[in-house]
Amino acid sequence: MEFPTALVLNAIIAGLLLGGFYAAMSVGISISFGMLDVVNIAHPGFIILGSYIAYIVSDRLGIDPIAVSLALSPLFFLLGMAIYRIYYLCFEKRGQESLRGLAFFFGILFITEVALVLVFGVDYRSVRGAYSETTWRLGPMDFPMRLVVPFLVSIAMVVGIELFLARTFFGRAVLAVAQDSLALRLMGVDTLRVKEFAFALSIATAGVAGAFLIVIQPVQPAIGREYIGLVFAVCVLGGMGSIRGTLVGAFVLGLAESFTSTFAGPSWAPAVSFGLLLAALAFKPSGLFGR
Amino acid sequence: MKRLVASFSGALVALSLLAAPVLAQQPLKIGFGMSLTGPLAGNGKAALISMQIWAEDVNAKGGILGRKVELVYYDDQTNPSTVPSIYSKLLDVDKVDLVVSGYGTNVIAPAMPIMMQRSMTFMGLFGLNVNSKFDYDRYFQIMPSGPEPAIGWTQGFFDTAMGLNPKPATVALVGADAEYPALALQGAREQVKRTGLKVVYDKTYPPNTVDFSPIVRAIQATNPDLVYVASYPPDSAGMIRAANEIGLKTRMFGGGMVGPQFAALKAQLGPLLNGLVNYETFAPDVADKFPSLEQFLAKYQARAAKEGVDALGFYLPPFAYAMMEVLEQAIKAVGSLDQAKLADYMHKNEFNTYVGKVRFGKNGEWAQGRMLAVQYKGITGNDLEQWRKPGHVTVLTPAPYKTGNVATPYQDSRK
Repeated sequence: MEFPTALVLNAIIAGLLLGGFYAAMSVGISISFGMLDVVNIAHPGFIILGSYIAYIVSDRLGIDPIAVSLALSPLFFLLGMAIYRIYYLCFEKRGQESLRGLAFFFGILFITEVALVLVFGVDYRSVRGAYSETTWRLGPMDFPMRLVVPFLVSIAMVVGIELFLARTFFGRAVLAVAQDSLALRLMGVDTLRVKEFAFALSIATAGVAGAFLIVIQPVQPAIGREYIGLVFAVCVLGGMGSIRGTLVGAFVLGLAESFTSTFAGPSWAPAVSFGLLLAALAFKPSGLFGR
Repeated sequence: MKRLVASFSGALVALSLLAAPVLAQQPLKIGFGMSLTGPLAGNGKAALISMQIWAEDVNAKGGILGRKVELVYYDDQTNPSTVPSIYSKLLDVDKVDLVVSGYGTNVIAPAMPIMMQRSMTFMGLFGLNVNSKFDYDRYFQIMPSGPEPAIGWTQGFFDTAMGLNPKPATVALVGADAEYPALALQGAREQVKRTGLKVVYDKTYPPNTVDFSPIVRAIQATNPDLVYVASYPPDSAGMIRAANEIGLKTRMFGGGMVGPQFAALKAQLGPLLNGLVNYETFAPDVADKFPSLEQFLAKYQARAAKEGVDALGFYLPPFAYAMMEVLEQAIKAVGSLDQAKLADYMHKNEFNTYVGKVRFGKNGEWAQGRMLAVQYKGITGNDLEQWRKPGHVTVLTPAPYKTGNVATPYQDSRK
């Protein structure tokens, strides 16, 4: 097997760009599942909802879809708060979060899909930013803006969340809830409020990731299901609850997919990615950055 | 006691006499699964609209065999595993009189065993070479890919390629890990044997692939003269975008891409489609060859606009209607719903439909194929209206439909 320099360089670029996108898809799961222990299997459903909202606003008003998703992220935040409140009152408070909570999020995923089918129909939708059909070339390297712009915004978002959690009082409260919720309650902290905020943040990231998705490829209402395995794999590989780990895990899977597709054959990509996940867990069961 | 039995029997006879006309009035039920959600729902819903238009047309004329037609259908979610249970329910619970398939190879193949078990005559809607494994004599298929579907499906692309001067020497084959692409690639490999081309890349990719640029770069590294792709709509879009972004250099690119035939992808991809050599079943440039199609499209497009599906309806919808026309004409000619007689009649006779005259071969495929190999040219912007007019879809093969020659290489023809 030959490894020409141009192919290797482009495989690295493609892997990093893809990893950046995967990080945006997975960072919300890292918060909800990794930190709060809420198995939000509907996360990809919120991503698709984000795609459609970006599509409709962008289509009607001509605004860039990613700018739309950032502007509307407070709405996703509020939606997240409402959903967590329902989840807490109906399941977590009663100690029924394991199985019934899972069924609840499955239900939300299906309801989201059906609602999107009823409102938008079943055809594939996509939107184009002003940059969508532009590719920068630097020597033998290609930088398709369709992937570069989501990558840059994703990195900014994930680093921003990492800094927020590490440097702010409320962020540290979220980390504390993730470590020992009971201890925090004994200290008189309103853990419900902290968890509600963190869950809402995770849904807000899903809305932004949805805009990335519809810029990168056409979307139909049921496409979210295809990403359930991926987002949980990134979260587990990076280490439960570690934002830095999520970013590194996403890059590892992105690079693995890109290199496998380029040099071995794309049909091996899932096997290599999940093989890496298994290997990482065998040597470090808590994930790359897990505690 | 005797009097009681006699009156009971009399009552039964009277009831059965009363019931006879009621039974005759019962609708003729035609059952099928259709992709109304999932990746191919856009196509499935467009096909369903056509079939509903057909049912309305037939019922307006008094139905078939004096019975109104009723379509009984369920959403197969574009998921082959749902198909066997759907057809079991249709036959055992809904007691449908006839069955037809949903859209596409992936959902037709899993229905075949149950059709064979129940000896049902079964019309397939755009299944590629499904009967090659089953060899079922009551299977019929409405896609015009010819008596050897895998060969016929890929014939246009490879015939066009071998007409180039100088002749191409190498080919790259790539497709999704799914039933249709596997069968299309099988046909492409047969063409490779026939033409003596050398395969320099032959790989598949998982259906949920997001970024196709590593695949296109790997293909480019092999420097093929031709790139044959068998893909579903989202992958087709990904492949075309990646080929444009990377600046794929090859003489011909395309072949078996599902997606560019539909209004949604035509509008979304717009000028990115320029230079692509792919298949179609209709093009405005050859509208004169299908004189009655305009009548159907007028009905379909009005309905599709309301339902928000394939606004053009050039590809699948006319064939969905034609599939039902074949069934209707066969039932009327046979005068019953006898499955053996229907199959026998369909094998022996020709049918007049909106898509032209249809005659089936021994394996239930069209006796003579007429899939169009086309090249998209001169597309500017993303306006859908340009696709309604002639001039943007050059028909390359078959000869009776040819409107122009292929422009090569791909990197020049896409500009």
